[in-house]
Amino acid sequence: MQPLLYDRTLDTLFMVWWSGFYAVLLGIPLGVLLHLTHRGAILQNIVVNKVLGAIVNIGRSFPFLILIVVLIPFTRFLVGVSIGPTGAVVPLVIAAVPFFARLVEAALREVDHGLVEAAHAMGGGTWTIVFKVLLPQALPALIAGVTTLVIQLIGYSAIAGAVGGGGLGDLAYTYGYQQYETPLMIATVVELILLVTLVQVLGDRLVRRLAQRGTRASSLRVGLRRTRPEEPAAVTEAA
Amino acid sequence: MTEFPVITTSGLTKVYRSGDREVTALDGVDLHVREGEVYGVIGQSGAGKSTLIRCLNLLERPTSGTVTVAGQELTSLAGRGQRASAPLRAARSHIGMVFQHFNLLSSRTVQDNVELPLEILKVDRRERSRKALELLDLVGLADKAKAYPAQLSGGQKQRVGIARALAGDPKVLLSDEATSALDPETTRSILQLLRDLNRKLGLTIVLITHEMDVVKSICDSAALMKNGRVVEQGTVAELLATPGSELARELFPVGGEPSAEDRTVVDITFHGAAATRPVISELSRTYNVDISILGAAMDTVGGKQVGRMRIELPGRFEENVVPIGFLREQGLQVDVADVTAEAVDEAVTPVPAGAPRKEGAK
Ligand SMILES: Nc1ncnc2c1ncn2[C@@H]1O[C@H](COP(=O)(O)OP(=O)(O)OP(=O)(O)O)[C@@H](O)[C@H]1O
Ligand SMILES: [Mg+2]
Repeated sequence: MQPLLYDRTLDTLFMVWWSGFYAVLLGIPLGVLLHLTHRGAILQNIVVNKVLGAIVNIGRSFPFLILIVVLIPFTRFLVGVSIGPTGAVVPLVIAAVPFFARLVEAALREVDHGLVEAAHAMGGGTWTIVFKVLLPQALPALIAGVTTLVIQLIGYSAIAGAVGGGGLGDLAYTYGYQQYETPLMIATVVELILLVTLVQVLGDRLVRRLAQRGTRASSLRVGLRRTRPEEPAAVTEAA
Repeated sequence: MTEFPVITTSGLTKVYRSGDREVTALDGVDLHVREGEVYGVIGQSGAGKSTLIRCLNLLERPTSGTVTVAGQELTSLAGRGQRASAPLRAARSHIGMVFQHFNLLSSRTVQDNVELPLEILKVDRRERSRKALELLDLVGLADKAKAYPAQLSGGQKQRVGIARALAGDPKVLLSDEATSALDPETTRSILQLLRDLNRKLGLTIVLITHEMDVVKSICDSAALMKNGRVVEQGTVAELLATPGSELARELFPVGGEPSAEDRTVVDITFHGAAATRPVISELSRTYNVDISILGAAMDTVGGKQVGRMRIELPGRFEENVVPIGFLREQGLQVDVADVTAEAVDEAVTPVPAGAPRKEGAK
């Protein structure tokens, strides 16, 4: 039972790592593009924005289980197999990219527009705005987003596992549920809980560390509120 | 200061459209800012001040009209859509701007904030660092280079904002309410810094404010905006010499009540030498009238000594035409501050174009 648990844990980590990697790689540009094509933004393009938005919404509203099935031919075409951890990465990425893109978009929206304006006033172009203002300023929120993404992927990978993806989900389902090995099932569930907790704690710690250098970032912890630097002071005075 | 116009706008108009509603934020503004001067734009909330200053570097695209900065017509560089063309971006990098809320990047240290415009200008790392430290020294923050903006006070943040604005060696600095988020003490020190930079670097500064004190303490020239129009503009001395100038009255208020049936209230403005002559006692002796002084003040406006006095002569205006004429002969600027002021102004001195009408007695 022990080597089995170890093996399946590696499978889960494999799935989460690679799907997370590709989701971040593709989700950031998509989120940036969504943000920049909004009305009034630098690359304002309503058509592109609406089309991308629609695709993202469709991707997000697809039930994950259905997505896996629908994607089988595509998965096989892309990675040669449709089951196992490798096969599971494809639907995981497809599900995670739109999810993460929205988190990126939301993170960028929280960046004070005054900063973008200041960069424009300095003669900065789109590249400057994205790489020197938006992404660095949104970094704490992006890290928080990655934390959420990874936790979401751990959950999804368990679903993928149950339908042939391998990993902890598979273990809990085939041995624990179908063969009544309750201790194994409990061990698997406990491990998933620990994994999620660990990711959350590490993510929070990183966000907090980044937040310490700036007021804007520290406002993240109180629910991504956008605050002017002088507002918190005014609040304390009033209190 | 020279006569060379460094910023000129002509017929600058900005109309905001939202749905079927239209707001005319700027309505044909002709602005003339000369090289090396500190130019204040004042007006009530919603008058269009921010819109005007944002049009000067085309952060806001004017609906019509032209903007010329340092000999370059920016409105011809605009490019289409939201994106700025490369020439416009190049021009902007040599126009500094400071903001009410500082707009510093919290993700960067103070020094890295100042380096940002230099990165945009593709200055190499060594030179960036040298220049940033030099600018921080200039604004008195050399020791804060490695701090993050969150660790600074409001005044210090604005100093960083100013250092950043100077990184592109601008000829012109635009400031939208740069001191409005600061306490009076800090405001004074920031204004002092701007004044020093203006003198030391020959920097032309356009500053927006809603505080007359700001104009009074550092501006060479000023413009008053109302409903998207510039209703008065000129050097402070010119404004003070303009009968009926609202800016002059605001810059230099004197107390006292307006005229009534049986008395005439007159505002006298002294410039330079006239301020020291005993004109009032001469007037009293020559015409044998009793003069009460309702209010008086001496002050430095735009670096010049100016005196202002509000006096009361017995009898209606018609009975005082001769003494008032005497004051004018002495080279003083005389304003009759009463209910019939409009009629008087039109009869005695032509109302200058664009001067505001007096809104009844004060
Ligand atoms: N982006 C915008 N969209 C629509 N209307 C706008 C926009 N920006 C400004 N306005 C309108 O234009 C007018 C002038 O605004 P502006 O911000 O220039 O005034 P202001 O003189 O700077 O005021 P304040 O002293 O309050 O800063 C106002 O009526 C304002 O509502
Ligand atoms: Mg304003």
